[in-house]
Amino acid sequence: MIDRLQRVGRNTLDRLAATGRAGQMLVQSLVAPPEPRTMFPLLVKQLHFVGVLSLVIILVSGLFIGMVLGLQGYTILVDYGSEQAVGQMVALSLVRELAPVVTALLFAGRAGSAVTAEIGLMKATEQLASYEMIGVDPLRRIIAPRLWAGFISLPILTMIFSVVGIWGGSLVAVDWLGIYSGSFWANMQASVDFSTDVVNGIIKSLVFGFVVIWISVFQGYDAIPTSEGISKATTRTVVYSSLAVLGLDFILTAMMFGEI
Amino acid sequence: MSNSESNIHIEVNNLSFARSGRAIFHDLNLRVERGKVTAIMGPSGTGKTTLLKLIGGQLRPDAGEVLVDQLNVHQISRKWLFHLRARMGMLFQSGALFTDMSVFENVAFPLQVHTDLDAELIQDLVRMKLNAVGLRGAEKLMPSELSGGMARRAALARAIALDPDILMYDEPFAGQDPIAMGVLINLISRLNRALGHTSIIVSHDIDETLSIADYVYLLADGRVLAEGTPADLVEMQDPQVRQFLDGEPDGPVPFHYPAPDYRQQLLGRES
Repeated sequence: MIDRLQRVGRNTLDRLAATGRAGQMLVQSLVAPPEPRTMFPLLVKQLHFVGVLSLVIILVSGLFIGMVLGLQGYTILVDYGSEQAVGQMVALSLVRELAPVVTALLFAGRAGSAVTAEIGLMKATEQLASYEMIGVDPLRRIIAPRLWAGFISLPILTMIFSVVGIWGGSLVAVDWLGIYSGSFWANMQASVDFSTDVVNGIIKSLVFGFVVIWISVFQGYDAIPTSEGISKATTRTVVYSSLAVLGLDFILTAMMFGEI
Repeated sequence: MSNSESNIHIEVNNLSFARSGRAIFHDLNLRVERGKVTAIMGPSGTGKTTLLKLIGGQLRPDAGEVLVDQLNVHQISRKWLFHLRARMGMLFQSGALFTDMSVFENVAFPLQVHTDLDAELIQDLVRMKLNAVGLRGAEKLMPSELSGGMARRAALARAIALDPDILMYDEPFAGQDPIAMGVLINLISRLNRALGHTSIIVSHDIDETLSIADYVYLLADGRVLAEGTPADLVEMQDPQVRQFLDGEPDGPVPFHYPAPDYRQQLLGRES
């Protein structure tokens, strides 16, 4: 019993210490005078690595999720004779919920784990120590561009996901199941509100982007520099990011749409 | 530089350092003379690499101080520390080349960061450094395309890019084939003589290290076990020194990890 209590206490202390280190890393890497000439090329490279290379998985998933939504929406709504509303249903579920959440989950699996593994390996092969010994701060050179790249790319990927998903929904509902395209698009236009639905979706994706990339970068930076340590860190990135995204999604949704 | 005091480049005073509750150094004292090759030797796990990290300011000691040119490495600001590090080169055990840059870019990197030289001059300097380690022809290769020995030589070229006052070598000979080893020994002593910097070599390769060192510290159990010139060391009769230098499997450093009585464990069927 005492043993168990001790273990709980130790784990809690470890978690608290890790949270402190994560906060310290964030502040030290982001709070510094900007150096656009050195930072910009590094940022572009990371935007490519984290954002552009995640495009394929986002495009394919968005398309299929939109198609499934169209199909499921149609089969349910047709019973009530309101299959014309399928456009509204597809667009609202994507823009408000599915696009920010699924994109963030996919992003954690595709880009987050890669960032963790990359930084962990840089640590294990002493590249981070090497930067320090050359007199270059690895937090500014390695960590900061990745943080910014994740923060910038996730909202953009989320918007792309929504667009492709809606197109997938229309493919199924309009082109395959034969709903009149005028009512599909007009219903959608009438019910999706820019400032509540679209903007709230983007706010969600900004929060998710920040949290996921922060977790990914920190797990790599804080990894024990062995093969086992890096594999654990990569797993933790995906698990913690997913849990954080799902938990935060509920809180954000309650704050944004709770009063309805 | 007439008196011996000003000839001391690096001073380690009463240094103590513990990691995960285990004391790695206890009250360690070392002096490294300017322009000389000083070797720090000792069995694996005595914290030789840790010592280099303490000198480079990457780790903080629990007690004691490290002075480089009379400056306390752990009390100067982060900005000054990075200035100081620009005058220190370190050759990591794995080479630690930046994997996303070519050999040329790796060597050019410190020059680009710390100097305002134009691209053409940097190019010439990089080629000179690479020529010194025999890799001028390999400038376009990526680190993944280099053999272990070549990677270490490329890393050496990067370490001397800024003509540092101090060069620290972390296990430079570990895992090298005889030819690469010969090349490295030759390079380290030649560079030291040609450039006049202070060298610190951390190693447990006895013959190779003794052949190029001017002064040797032998560490064990977190303290200095013995020190002297290579000739002094070879003459020493202390059993622990002899065990290390002669590579005896058993002696003051036991072959067996501490264990319960063997006989009792086999016969008594205790867990």
